[in-house]
Amino acid sequence: MTVTSSILTGDRLALSRLLTQVENGTAEGRAALNSLFPHTGQAHLIGVTGAPGTGKSSLVNQLALYYRRQTTQRVAIVAVDPTSPFTGGALLGDRVRMRDLSGDPDVFIRSMASRGSLGGLAPATAAMAQVFDAAGYEIIFIETVGAGQAEVDIARLAHTTLVVEAPGFGDDIQAIKAGILEIADILVINKADQPGVENTERALRGMLELAHPVRRAFQHHGKMEIVDTPAQSSESLWIPPILRTIAIQSAGFGELAEAITRHREYLRQSGDWSRRERARLEREVEMLIQDTLATRFRAGIQGTYYAEVLGKVFEHQLSPWEAVKILLNGRQT
Amino acid sequence: MTERKIRVLVAKPGLDGHDRGAKVVARALRDAGMEVIYTGLRQTPVMIAEAALQEDVDAVGISILSGAHMALVPRVIELLKANGQERVKIFLGGIIPDEDVPTLKQMGVAGIYGPGTSTDDIVRDVREAVVDSLTR
Ligand SMILES: Nc1nc2c(ncn2[C@@H]2O[C@H](COP(=O)(O)OP(=O)(O)OP(=O)(O)O)[C@@H](O)[C@H]2O)c(=O)[nH]1
Ligand SMILES: [Mg+2]
Repeated sequence: MTVTSSILTGDRLALSRLLTQVENGTAEGRAALNSLFPHTGQAHLIGVTGAPGTGKSSLVNQLALYYRRQTTQRVAIVAVDPTSPFTGGALLGDRVRMRDLSGDPDVFIRSMASRGSLGGLAPATAAMAQVFDAAGYEIIFIETVGAGQAEVDIARLAHTTLVVEAPGFGDDIQAIKAGILEIADILVINKADQPGVENTERALRGMLELAHPVRRAFQHHGKMEIVDTPAQSSESLWIPPILRTIAIQSAGFGELAEAITRHREYLRQSGDWSRRERARLEREVEMLIQDTLATRFRAGIQGTYYAEVLGKVFEHQLSPWEAVKILLNGRQT
Repeated sequence: MTERKIRVLVAKPGLDGHDRGAKVVARALRDAGMEVIYTGLRQTPVMIAEAALQEDVDAVGISILSGAHMALVPRVIELLKANGQERVKIFLGGIIPDEDVPTLKQMGVAGIYGPGTSTDDIVRDVREAVVDSLTR
């Protein structure tokens, strides 16, 4: 049996091993991704982001439980934690909060180290989600590192992005970054059992009103990108609801799940679901072109020649632009 | 293409006490460049095997202070095998009486560590055992 057919028939060990291959970017992983690709595009990807300790993992645990009890949908969870920049190692602790999900064969939790990526996801998170999608997981939660800053990557990958705040984290308006509100499809105030919920909600509401007229403009790697202008899209009509949850008492999850469903319906009806998919796939193709061309270029150039041209840049004889022109055109010095 | 990282599950089964030792080992393995999946307290053998399967780990470290190792460890080994993960290396930490050590090793436990073991030794053993099984 091929890897692909094992995945499609629900072999969990094959799935787990493939996730490793995909995470490590091996040729085997890539080949499987190719043959699985026609089977993707079914899942609802739900991003969960927010500052460390706001309760993202606890919330995913409760939401997943809710879905498993109320629906027949299978649930996958990808939980990303940071890689130490000093040692390259990582301590992945999100499972600690997800023990309620164990024993359910239709839930699959995979921890992932960020491996040098800075945007809150790991380099292979999107590909891992694709594998889960092909394997028939209809709901895929993606918990980000939670750096607490605008995590644009998750908003691009997920169909629905939940931004989790908690009282005490959000009392101070300064602490709520406008950027993170711009990526939120749903705002969740978790730890609603804690004092200060009212303040947090008021602060969020205020920020939300400020953020929304311009919410489609993303600042990414220093480049301003307008993802969907209101003229082409009705997405601007979606006003992110603010919901309260208490993950440790499983309170508020019916309402949260309902808001997620409403957002999905909204994306479907407005056509934004397919617009998002297209934008995401187009970006993926573009990134692959860049990577592939860079690899091809490096393979085709002599190391000594490259060093020689670079040396001229160091000595300010050539500008970087001129150097690139020379390198791409071959030996023309 | 990324280099292959060693992935280790660290679990603390049973109802006894604290997980200080397990956390110290987890941090040492991380500091040695490994990816450590920490599952927390009160893990049953079923939960440990399930996590090992989903995380595709190379090794499982189990910390047991309660004296229940002769019940728990064989069960974990059996479940890993049933899942097709017989190659996963098992390491055991805690208070393990000398007379149990040969039996446990025979079952396939790759390393057993009592209180006061240097984490350097554990890190070295885990790395050696995993690299050995990967190259075979
Ligand atoms: N009081 C209270 N505590 C909560 C609630 N939800 C989570 N917690 C606690 O908050 C702490 C952090 O929860 P996690 O779910 O690990 O938070 P996280 O955002 O995933 O944390 P990182 O992944 O480390 O960023 C834990 O001690 C939880 O038990 C809640 O609704 N109320
Ligand atoms: Mg977490």
